[in-house]
Amino acid sequence: MSDFFSQGGYAFFVWGAYGMVVVLLLIEILQLRSQRRTILARLGRLTRMPGTRTSDFGATE
Amino acid sequence: MSLNWFKLASPASFYPVAGRLVPLFWILTVGLLLLGFYWGFFQTPDQLGGSNAQKEYYRIIFIHVPAAWMSMWLYMVIVGWAAIGLVFNTRLSFMMANAVAPTGAIFTFLALWTGAFWGRTSWGTYWDWDPRLTSELVLFFLYIGYIALHSAIDDTRRADRASGLLAIVGLVMVPVIYWSINCPDPTQCAALHQRSDLTRIDGNILFSMLIMTLGFWMYSFATSFMRLRGIILTREAESAWVRELLSQENPK
Amino acid sequence: MARVFWCILIRDLTLAMRRRTDVLTTLFFFVIVVSLFPLGVGTERKILEILGPGVVWVAALLASMLALERLFAADYEDGTLEQMLLTAQPLSLLVLAKISAHWILTGLPLVLIAPLVGMQYHLTGTAIWVMMLALLLGTPILSLIGAIGAALTLGLRGGGILLSLLILPLYIPVLVYGAGAVEVSRIDLMDVQPYLMLLGAFFLIALILAPLASSAALRISLE
Repeated sequence: MSDFFSQGGYAFFVWGAYGMVVVLLLIEILQLRSQRRTILARLGRLTRMPGTRTSDFGATE
Repeated sequence: MSLNWFKLASPASFYPVAGRLVPLFWILTVGLLLLGFYWGFFQTPDQLGGSNAQKEYYRIIFIHVPAAWMSMWLYMVIVGWAAIGLVFNTRLSFMMANAVAPTGAIFTFLALWTGAFWGRTSWGTYWDWDPRLTSELVLFFLYIGYIALHSAIDDTRRADRASGLLAIVGLVMVPVIYWSINCPDPTQCAALHQRSDLTRIDGNILFSMLIMTLGFWMYSFATSFMRLRGIILTREAESAWVRELLSQENPK
Repeated sequence: MARVFWCILIRDLTLAMRRRTDVLTTLFFFVIVVSLFPLGVGTERKILEILGPGVVWVAALLASMLALERLFAADYEDGTLEQMLLTAQPLSLLVLAKISAHWILTGLPLVLIAPLVGMQYHLTGTAIWVMMLALLLGTPILSLIGAIGAALTLGLRGGGILLSLLILPLYIPVLVYGAGAVEVSRIDLMDVQPYLMLLGAFFLIALILAPLASSAALRISLE
């Protein structure tokens, strides 16, 4: 097991590379999830308000 | 069975389709990445001994090459959708191009990052002004330019078309840039990267590399469709179907 | 066709001559950037000889980029540009005329002042001639490619900095071969030929494609 983690002495490089991949992809996924929640929340608020147009609130991406 | 493809070109009808596809792509992503990771780390140890011994750091190849491939492929995808949008004036294709761009930029960065870690071990330096490294860096700049131009323009229609045109101009320039970096002296060309020849790569390594590439590809589909759904919702906020969707208890 | 081209060209030059400082600003920016480098890297003759061509070219890139912002801005603000879009003449021809005027005002002065900055870097006589020739071929490419970016960022907040982000990566080939030509001229003058021919080829291709792309970009921006 420790063999696997030490990668023949190249742990820093192998895991440094793989780690950055995992970190960035996770960040992207989390950011997409929170973005979706934000959009739904904002649009939901606006639709419940009668007589308003969403563009009045400057809905941008 | 005849499927009406043109119907899918409307954001309203593609939105639920994308929503149904996203979980499927996530399952494929996780499965392929796990398989590729397992194969790369546990089915290729014979590479460590033998006549042409590799050190453990060659395992970076399983993410480095797929990330580099995806970075280039996704740029082509952006240009393709932008061109379709500019020619046929379809809204959805621009949204598609926008949805792909951040994922492409991330893969470009990852290709550079993993390349630096691999380069440190095999060449002894994190960075070298090698043609491929430099052109990958330029590709990263092109992605950043695309995203920056799009976000700088408030008018959506203009933003779509302007950044689409920029992507196409970039695509025209990429071969010239690559070539100029590759051959700073026109009479002789040299490169640090060895020439890629897929047939010379060991079957196990190639297999896990291709599986990882497929995994990254599915990942790009999943994240792009998620982002696309966000873009569709924001842009179509005025339309009846979005309002109807939002009035439901639990919007899908 | 030729008359329209001349008409726009003369008009732009006349307008610029009424505000000469704009032209001089670009020129002095170039001279100042080039003059600052020796203060940063040291004034040793050997270092300067090696750095010279690259520094001059990077400075030329930045100078021509700074001036790009003004390429369409004035005509955009007073509505002239919209009228140009409506004329029966091909827009790319009008754009080409504007680019030519822009190059005469910002690119040509750089070529002419090159001997002066070349001497700052102890370049030899032949190297200076090669540099002038390379600049003469290269700076029009900068204006042509830059025009696309200027058209895309027309009227945007922070357009200038955005423009540099979009355009500078596309300048790389010109930089590589422009500086390369001067560098090899120090070894053998005959080696310069392929570099200049490549620059010439880039210039011809840019001359055909860039006005088309810029006019497409203008139509998008003004829609």
